[in-house]
Amino acid sequence: MTVTVLLFASYADAIGANSLALELPPGATVGDVVTHVQALPGAARLPQNPLVAVNERYARRDRAIVAGDEVAIIPPVAGG
Amino acid sequence: MRSSPATKSRSFHQLPVVDVRTAIVDGPIDVAALMREVAEHRNGATIAFVGTVREVNDGRRVTGMEYASYRAMAERELETIAREAVTEFDTSDIVVEHRIGVLELGEASVAIVVAHPHRGAAYDASRYMIEQLKQRVPIWKLEHYADGTREWVDPTRDGRWEMGDGSESLSAQAEDAK
Repeated sequence: MTVTVLLFASYADAIGANSLALELPPGATVGDVVTHVQALPGAARLPQNPLVAVNERYARRDRAIVAGDEVAIIPPVAGG
Repeated sequence: MRSSPATKSRSFHQLPVVDVRTAIVDGPIDVAALMREVAEHRNGATIAFVGTVREVNDGRRVTGMEYASYRAMAERELETIAREAVTEFDTSDIVVEHRIGVLELGEASVAIVVAHPHRGAAYDASRYMIEQLKQRVPIWKLEHYADGTREWVDPTRDGRWEMGDGSESLSAQAEDAK
């Protein structure tokens, strides 16, 4: 299945893209998405355990992903 | 909310429609207009918190600031925080705007306006919302420095916010909210 992964701010700069289309096996989790992203060139600058959102809500590592989900890797937020 | 009996459950789904307004905006924030939005005769206190772009951060001279966001999620999270404040502090006279894009020194990046019959709850609600916003709303700042360089502000860099802790508590909130 294809999963859209959004990148922002310093993470987008590190990997050189604002979004990715990842091919993942059925049953893949948030943790699997993080593992895939961390294998990309430039991803060494990401922390071991980044925040992740699925469909605009913060999600745990064991959350299962389904086709069409929008996964976002969230850098430390700095609003205000 | 205001007309509900005091004994009524405080869970969100039982609340009547409330008139909080939250928004991510692209242009200047008009704080006076926000204050007019929450003006009601029942209220005795109005608190306006305004965050502005500061000229020095971590010892470096700043010339401007660029705010980026995961806009759809930022809008959702801002509204969630405001609704939490409605429940916790018993007022729905709340307006929050966060601006994104390029801002100059002194410009308002965020305004949180709360009105309440009494000042204590208004202060508490205002403080609650800005602190939650800074931990949860997916917005990032690209600082422009006087020497021409630019850098994303990383609140975890100096230990003000531990990444692991934040991740766990936000993920726990995500699960609790299900």
